[in-house]
Amino acid sequence: MRLNCPNCGWRDIREFTYIGSADFLDRPEPDAPIEVWDDYIHNRTNPDGITRELWFHEQGCGAWLVVTRNTRTHEIINCQLASDVKEAAE
Amino acid sequence: MLEKGYLGGGNVGRNTTIVRANYFLPGNSEFYSHSLKLWEGLEQDLNYNVMLSQRGQISLFHSDGQRDAAIRRGNSIINQGDDAELLSVPELKKMVPYLDYDQARFPIYGAILQRRAGTARHDAVAWGFARGASDRGVDLIQNCEVTGIDIEDGKVTGVQTTRGAIRAKKVAIIVAGRTSKVAAMAGMRLPIESHILQAFVTEGLKPCIDHVISFGMGHFYISQSDKGGLVFGGDLDFYASYAARGNLPTVEHVMEAGMTLMPAIGKARVLRSWGGIMDMTPDGSPIIDKTHIDGLFIDCGWCYGGFKAVPGSGNCMAQLVATGQPHEAARKFRLDRFRTGRGLMDEEGTGMQHNLH
Repeated sequence: MRLNCPNCGWRDIREFTYIGSADFLDRPEPDAPIEVWDDYIHNRTNPDGITRELWFHEQGCGAWLVVTRNTRTHEIINCQLASDVKEAAE
Repeated sequence: MLEKGYLGGGNVGRNTTIVRANYFLPGNSEFYSHSLKLWEGLEQDLNYNVMLSQRGQISLFHSDGQRDAAIRRGNSIINQGDDAELLSVPELKKMVPYLDYDQARFPIYGAILQRRAGTARHDAVAWGFARGASDRGVDLIQNCEVTGIDIEDGKVTGVQTTRGAIRAKKVAIIVAGRTSKVAAMAGMRLPIESHILQAFVTEGLKPCIDHVISFGMGHFYISQSDKGGLVFGGDLDFYASYAARGNLPTVEHVMEAGMTLMPAIGKARVLRSWGGIMDMTPDGSPIIDKTHIDGLFIDCGWCYGGFKAVPGSGNCMAQLVATGQPHEAARKFRLDRFRTGRGLMDEEGTGMQHNLH
């Protein structure tokens, strides 16, 4: 599997660290109820198919990526900079 | 018992078949101890030869720090009532002379040996349980996929399947890597992420590896099956996957670790490899609990350690479903431990995140 880093191009997954679902970008408010924080930190949709994830280009440019990927086929559909995704959402 | 495919066709039919009770933390420790005792009586209970072979597991350590941790773990295992022995290098050399002891990078300092650990024939375990359950009156329905879980007023009333509806007052979800998909039918979102774990087997060889051996540097463990194949595996690929196959970096890592530990196996040819779908929890420990839906139970989160848990998981889950009370040995496998933070069982001490176990 290779990821298409927007800064560096297609690179081997050995350069990246997987963090988990891109739900991590939607951080709850600090005073949100414990159930909301529990859901944010621990619970996962865990789809069998298309998913959005955060990957860290640790041994490359150091960017955080939002990767759209198929968990059933390992097909990489889209890779964006997490900062761009966050900016677009705001 | 509803099975989407055929009996023994899931993870139980494709694993590295290791049985052990060498866990450290309260919760896990008593459960795996309970499970190992059930393994020891399993052939009598089922009247089926599951080929349990208590050949001993050797867990190597390679530094002073690892030795301290191993001794601490060994003491904890003994306190639980199970067996653990500290092996010095001369003792180890007598048992397993073929390891690469004196290399500069990962010298071997000793090992913890659990003599009651070993392997079992995984297919026989599935068949033995199936026959035992059938004899005791359980209906085993194969090629029957659950497509929905019926819930009325917070109570479970039955399931929808590809072969029709079945009414039931109690439903238990015990589906390993596909837990999230089935639980979603009941509207639940669980602390589970499915990951890939690869394993490998070589062509059949004459007996050469008499124990289960695990490497303490990098992740590698190996045993020899009764057919002669070397069965070995390593770490997860470390990303979510339902593909049932992994990627080459992990293959390379496993092969490198194997060659570092025992160069003698380098000439063996790998016959096949496969990837299993693991239901990973944030702390790397399992869940056996009720859910917020009346009559719906869940047994999941076995991560990469489900095989040795088979008899214990079945026994504890059966008690929970039958009586509504958790079995003493599985009392700490609570679903709400992540929310409350009480009783977390992070054996590796790496943190409470899916990508860390």
